[in-house]
Amino acid sequence: MSARRSLLDSIGATGTAIFLGAVGIAIFLSIWTIASHSLDSAVLLPPPLTVLQTYGGLIADGSLAQDVRASIVRVFGGFLIASSTAVPLALLLAYSRILRGLVMPLIALIRPIPPIAWIPLAILWMGLGDPPSYFITAIAAFFPIFLNAFAGGASLQDEHVNAARSLGATPFALLKTVMLPSALPMIVTGLRIGLGQAWMAVVTAELVAAQSGLGYMIQISRLNLETARVLVGMTVIGLLGAVMIGLIGVFERRVIVPWHYPR
Amino acid sequence: MSGRERQARTDLGRIEAEHVSIRLGYGAEAFEAVQDVSFAIEPGELVCLIGPSGCGKSTLLGALAGHIATSAGKLHVDGAPVAGPHPDRGIVFQHHTLFPWKSARDNVAFGPKMRGIGKVERRRQADEILELVGLADFAGRYPKQLSGGMQQRVEIARVLVNKPRLLLMDEPFGALDALTRIKMQELLLDIWTRVRTTVVFVTHDIDEALFLADRIIVMSPRPGRILEVIRVPFARPRATEIVATPEFGQLKRHCLELLHVRSDSAPLTRLSPLGFDTGQGG
Repeated sequence: MSARRSLLDSIGATGTAIFLGAVGIAIFLSIWTIASHSLDSAVLLPPPLTVLQTYGGLIADGSLAQDVRASIVRVFGGFLIASSTAVPLALLLAYSRILRGLVMPLIALIRPIPPIAWIPLAILWMGLGDPPSYFITAIAAFFPIFLNAFAGGASLQDEHVNAARSLGATPFALLKTVMLPSALPMIVTGLRIGLGQAWMAVVTAELVAAQSGLGYMIQISRLNLETARVLVGMTVIGLLGAVMIGLIGVFERRVIVPWHYPR
Repeated sequence: MSGRERQARTDLGRIEAEHVSIRLGYGAEAFEAVQDVSFAIEPGELVCLIGPSGCGKSTLLGALAGHIATSAGKLHVDGAPVAGPHPDRGIVFQHHTLFPWKSARDNVAFGPKMRGIGKVERRRQADEILELVGLADFAGRYPKQLSGGMQQRVEIARVLVNKPRLLLMDEPFGALDALTRIKMQELLLDIWTRVRTTVVFVTHDIDEALFLADRIIVMSPRPGRILEVIRVPFARPRATEIVATPEFGQLKRHCLELLHVRSDSAPLTRLSPLGFDTGQGG
């Protein structure tokens, strides 16, 4: 026990995390390789090496970059629509008891509807192509952003409000200089979760309603029984999603709410 | 120097309360927190409000700050009725109300910012006041990075930067350890002699009140009424040693008696033979 601990201590916390993560992934890849060799079917489960070669081909001909770009544009489009409506609405509702009473029951009823259930309406209203994907990603991102921003706005402390008013803050200044910053840590949490949801939803939307993007690429490859391509699509989604959410986390601690994480 | 001498230098910060009552709560749960309270506080005076928990002393202070509305009577500062919060009537609470997202400097600069003062000037003002409370070296720290005593000093600085007529303090040192508390009391007296503002200080600590105040307003349990107004005769500047003097013990005993004799049923011993003024309820 003590010997193991000292081995891990010697490479430091970050080193340990990277090392263990790499080992975990290596174990997973070995199991995958063994499984695909025993199944021996490129359709059921191609080995990691084949997937890697397929990556090479798709990167070389530029089609992967195109699909990634299409998906990312949709994710950020929907995410921007969602955050620019959800945050102000949430803060407004946290501020006004009447608006809260009017809107919250409606939100409670709409929220359980999964984004995928909106797809038929989205296609009926907007046809195939980009608009339904924006709509679906926006729906998916809206609720986590809204709920977190609302919780942030509602957690505003009376003492802060009283102090600010005693120091001469007008109602508008209260919203901007007290309510917004005090809700900010939760807003950012909401944005992080919302981005993750949007990223998942874009694939769903593209599987059904789009003519490009990673979801579309997965769908087409499935129809052509090109499982290696399907796996390329899936792993790219995983990688990009993890990177995006990680970046928001760094941005959060360093730039947006550094006071929340004093060092 | 006493409150009266200070009055010659500034004539702002006079408080007049006549038959003030304050009701709190709604409907069936409403109750009278403060009942028919009258007193007057001179500009530059340091007055402590003491009383048992729930005696309405904090409520009264909240009314002076403008956060709580009175339900009856007249509450005037410099001849004008108190209507809502104003930077002229700054308040410091026991629990930290610093904005955690702002550095100490920007917390202090908040008042000037609300008055529309530019960034450079308001930061200069903030640094000046932080220097006064002995925190010049900590201006860039966030509240979380400061000790409890330091945070309270920033709170005081944040109010003082507005050059208030009234400095209202609601058990500001209640959450601090004994040693820090004494240091803060000395610091407060030091600041007060320099900025010459009226201070109304709520506490339930009799020693603290006797050490700080020109006069002490002793309040009864709910509904809060004034039991007695005690003039504290100790010369200024005061040192913590006065706590050991017989006069201090005498006054302390008297305060304890007042606070333990809960109702006004039994007549209270007057202190006049000892030479202390016992003006009753202003």
